[in-house]
Amino acid sequence: MEYKRITLFAGHYGSGKTNIALNYALNMKRDGKSVVIADLDIVNPYFRTKDSERELNEAGIKLISSSFASSNIDLPALPQEIYSIVDDKSDYAVMDIGGDDRGAYALGRYADSIVRENNYEMFMVINMYRPLTRDVESTLEVMQEIETACSMKFTAVVNNSNIGEETTAQDVLDSMSYADKVAKASGLPLRLTTVDKKLYNELHEKIENLMPLTLQDKIWR
Amino acid sequence: MSEKVLMKGNEAIAEAAILAGCHHYFGYPITPQTEVAAYMAKRMPKIGGTFLQAESEVSAINMVIGVASTGKRVMTSSSSPGVSLKAEGISYLAGCDLPAVVVNVQRGGPGLGGIQPSQSDYFQSVKGGGHGDYHNIVLAPASVQEMASLTFKAFDLADKYSMVSMILADGTMGQMMEPVSLDAGEVNTYEKPWALTGTNCERKHNIVNSLYLKPEALDQKNFERYEKYKTIEENEVMYEEYLMDDAEICVVSFGITARVAKNAINEARAKGVKVGMIRPITLWPFPKKVLNEAADKCKAFISVEMSMGQMIEDIELAIRCKKPVYLCNRVGGMIPTPEEVLAKIDEVNENGGAF
Repeated sequence: MEYKRITLFAGHYGSGKTNIALNYALNMKRDGKSVVIADLDIVNPYFRTKDSERELNEAGIKLISSSFASSNIDLPALPQEIYSIVDDKSDYAVMDIGGDDRGAYALGRYADSIVRENNYEMFMVINMYRPLTRDVESTLEVMQEIETACSMKFTAVVNNSNIGEETTAQDVLDSMSYADKVAKASGLPLRLTTVDKKLYNELHEKIENLMPLTLQDKIWR
Repeated sequence: MSEKVLMKGNEAIAEAAILAGCHHYFGYPITPQTEVAAYMAKRMPKIGGTFLQAESEVSAINMVIGVASTGKRVMTSSSSPGVSLKAEGISYLAGCDLPAVVVNVQRGGPGLGGIQPSQSDYFQSVKGGGHGDYHNIVLAPASVQEMASLTFKAFDLADKYSMVSMILADGTMGQMMEPVSLDAGEVNTYEKPWALTGTNCERKHNIVNSLYLKPEALDQKNFERYEKYKTIEENEVMYEEYLMDDAEICVVSFGITARVAKNAINEARAKGVKVGMIRPITLWPFPKKVLNEAADKCKAFISVEMSMGQMIEDIELAIRCKKPVYLCNRVGGMIPTPEEVLAKIDEVNENGGAF
């Protein structure tokens, strides 16, 4: 797979950005790249990239994350180290942006440098089964709000339509026309469709550019 | 195509409230429940409802009193420190016999505590929380689906008994995402002849008030209210039994810890340990009867909580202290792991049953 030097994942909150960013960074690493992942999420208090710190360390991926992430305080501060992503061009970087326009504001301060370097992919992650992005119109609305907030434009769409553990292959197939429509209406390519790896075999011949995701184990039933 | 959607627990509460006919929401942001307010901010203008971010929790709960007085369905939500601030208003709602839904997505305490999940507002919720003699109906969801279905239920019970229903969730419940079906079913409507809707010069003024000039009248009002609470204790108890038929050890747990405990119970069962669970869904009224019956069959109880053992007192009272009640807990934002719960089950299985 061809990678841009910086890959950004943004979208509606709860659309699956963090999980996809994590899997994407691990794939990049497996493809032999030197990878840094940065958590720019200043919105979400729980379920952060930080929770996967050990896994990332073991894979040899550097994590840049607020020292307050997954702590007992919700301080929307970002570490200055994030600037190293735009200043040091020798590493590939994956950036996990917070949900909605509110999350995307944090990206604004790096936007100039990223756009100037002009070697980035900015993914809009979409999920048709999220109640506030059920249709094309509301999804495009969220998309525009994010672009305005961060002063950057999306370059591609990732379809991550799922309803959690109950997702069936059919649910994913049912979302494809929605994803195609969002892509078409926004003038962007549908670059990836992401599914729980359990569904990958059933779907990989039916959906182009399908990417399996390894998801975190839960301690509750 | 799936009818279900993928929601955060906080969003499920907000959408369920709207579907239950709540078109007025007042709140103030606090982690980990802020998504309730954020969701309401987006949705309410689209349905012609009112979303208002008040300048404080105190202000928000007083706005709730205002709308509740008119007989409209109304909700506020917060997390632990914010609910403490609302306590005065909740007591006033109780004193005025007004229906309202209050949501508490708990975080660690006391004080500012922390933003990670907790269940340590148990006492505050089931024993009153504010001043005076009163109860709230307290519902404890253990899935995103229940965040929605118990919100429907909360509005119904609030109107049915003209009192506050509280959703007592925890941060994990608020933040986790699960599939949810948003079917409110039939929404009951209740007559509210006391509501302040304007007399049209056709009836006497209604007065909504919690001040009673005559002590005799206040005395009587309190006794009447407790008759109502008795009816609720008889008719509205909800709980889930899990593998209790032949259980020798009874785990008691609610919310997210009940989900973790289920995991541990399955593992213990695989090893042949006869353990089951009673999960209170209503924390007030507490499922006293079923617990007391279980005490005649089981040798010991284990309370699994994210508090320092607040629920133990209610379990011991319910079972008349007939059997020992052990505690398996984490606090401060930590969730007990299935391994920790399993270790406690094993320990109680080997040594339990004796004081």
